[in-house]
Amino acid sequence: MTTQTSLAQPSRIAAVEAATQKFFVRHSAMLPTLAAVVILMLLFAGAELLLKGDFITPRNISALVLDNAYLLVLAVGMTFVILTAGIDLSVGSVMAFTGILGAKLLGDGLPPIVAIPAMLLGGAAIGLLIGILVQYFHVQPFIASLAGLFLGRGLAYVVSLSSIRVEDSATLWLQSTRFRLGEWYITPTGIIALLTVAVAAFVLHYTRFGRTIYAIGGNEQSAKLMGLRVASATVTAYVISGLCGGLAGLLLTAYSGAGYPRNGIGTELDAIAAVVIGGTLLTGGRGYVVGSMVGVFVYGTIKTIISFMGAEQSWMQIIVGALLLLFIVVQRLIVARSGAKS
Amino acid sequence: MKAFFHSRLVWPTGFLILLIVVNSIARPRFLKITMRDGELYGALIDILRQSAPLMLVALGMTIVIATRGIDLSVGAVMAVSGAVALTIIADSETPNSVGTVLIAVLTAILVSMVLGAWNGLLVSVFGIQPIIATLVLMLAGRGAALLITDGFITTVNSTPLAFIASGYLSVLPFAFFISVAAIVTVALVERRTALGMLTESVGINPEASRLAGVRSRGIIWGAYVASGALAGVAGIIYASNIKAADANAAGLFIELYAILAVVLGGTSLMGGKFSIGGTVIGVFIITTLESTILFMGIPSAQSPVFFAIVVMVVVMIQSPRVRTWLRRAKDAVVGMWVGRSSKPKQVEQEVAS
Repeated sequence: MTTQTSLAQPSRIAAVEAATQKFFVRHSAMLPTLAAVVILMLLFAGAELLLKGDFITPRNISALVLDNAYLLVLAVGMTFVILTAGIDLSVGSVMAFTGILGAKLLGDGLPPIVAIPAMLLGGAAIGLLIGILVQYFHVQPFIASLAGLFLGRGLAYVVSLSSIRVEDSATLWLQSTRFRLGEWYITPTGIIALLTVAVAAFVLHYTRFGRTIYAIGGNEQSAKLMGLRVASATVTAYVISGLCGGLAGLLLTAYSGAGYPRNGIGTELDAIAAVVIGGTLLTGGRGYVVGSMVGVFVYGTIKTIISFMGAEQSWMQIIVGALLLLFIVVQRLIVARSGAKS
Repeated sequence: MKAFFHSRLVWPTGFLILLIVVNSIARPRFLKITMRDGELYGALIDILRQSAPLMLVALGMTIVIATRGIDLSVGAVMAVSGAVALTIIADSETPNSVGTVLIAVLTAILVSMVLGAWNGLLVSVFGIQPIIATLVLMLAGRGAALLITDGFITTVNSTPLAFIASGYLSVLPFAFFISVAAIVTVALVERRTALGMLTESVGINPEASRLAGVRSRGIIWGAYVASGALAGVAGIIYASNIKAADANAAGLFIELYAILAVVLGGTSLMGGKFSIGGTVIGVFIITTLESTILFMGIPSAQSPVFFAIVVMVVVMIQSPRVRTWLRRAKDAVVGMWVGRSSKPKQVEQEVAS
């Protein structure tokens, strides 16, 4: 009896090992995202234990979506750019610029039907500029989007040097409305953010454009030789990121009830951190928009935990930095492993 | 002379001279330097003094960029360095003694070098992309600086500390001597030894230089340590200037301005060939531009728009596509001239064909 089990066990272990190995090899691109989901679960469980069952409440989870709606939208745009192996440093400034632009236009008595498209167009225009610099003038994405960062920040101050309150009822409706389902609630801003994720996921996985984005990140030269429209796809990725910046500007303006030119300093780093934590590789070609969403939730959960514990917010930066490091090391290992296999 | 016109320094130098000329026409006081109590004052002297922190950071950045890297953490390192130095001085019994300030400054620089070594470790040993490796410290460093100062802005009253940024050594500001010392040291170490050439070889092709026997790991690591140390000194100058350690504002955006200075100076972000002289000119362009924008009565908050335009113009001039356009335009102009003088010949050729 005992001999039988000891004989059977190794073979079963071997089978499980083989199966997991197969899974890891086949789905190596998904692993970082799965790791992010695990981290999110651990964070939730840890916070629940620490706060003695006072953390996972419908109110907290709903607030998580509400408080991070703008970051979610920014992370979606950033995912497009990072998938093409680029980077967009301008998103925080673009958000500040479009936010204050919208607040100013609404304050001048223009209807939201004019102001909101103006915000989106403003963001998309800066994105287009960066995209053209990157694609047609071969400027490194880092430097081109740095110019976008300066431009957005400066233009925000050109619009107004101080904050502008928003009194437009339609914009405030986005934030103040609560669609309730028992204890759960969601605001129109949250719906917009989640819809952005859904649309982006659809575009990336089920359209020609989306597959071109992945192909560019995988190997731009091959993508070109395959006859894919690399140039227009790259520029479009930056336009999408700018557009998301404009949308985030709208969400943040609705959220805070005002436009402020100092908004979003350093937010581009938060967005990049969320995308990386969510499992998108900075070398491009691998990653998921849904992963970026998980990354944003990891970020938001850490923030909530810190404020629940009453610790200083400076810990936030340290923890996010450490987490970023952890994920980069994990990604390195995965890439090294799959590189050795192939 | 011909060598100069073909060098990469011609564009940045021309731009700097243009800025100075425009300034001196718009405000004649710009070039005026007055002597007061044996110390020089004037707009140009101010530029020399104010450029010191950016100069130090940009020098470090040049070396890092030459190795194909980038150091985003310099602003955070500045914040940490200022926080460390001022906390030591504030906690000591004798904030006015030179010894205390010296210990504080040396400790802060040492801490900055450790932070630089951390960046170097991530990049050269673990092989993490420089942007991301230094992003970690950029995010975490400011948090650490806030923890050191307990979330407050630490202010101190210390004469030796204040001397670093606003004191004068004979006729010129002391801060200017710090940046000259840094320029000379970096230039001597990089250009009078083989280190500069080895750094360039690592930047051009890390694998080939490793195979050729260049210890690229040590060179890359050293570049980040140097960048950390220089950012540490810059942090002390910044803290001395405002007589306080402000973990949120110290060195904010300086990494971007430093990268801009390096790029303006003609060093490519792709690594390899670098120009210390170019970086020095780049730093002066940025500081002069800042002073010009202030003089024009534009709120300094709006100055990023001008920097955005400058960045775009400079990168476009450097881009291959515009180069081709310029060459074609030049050829067309030259062709027109040549064509006019040798018109009969062309006609003959056309007839013959």
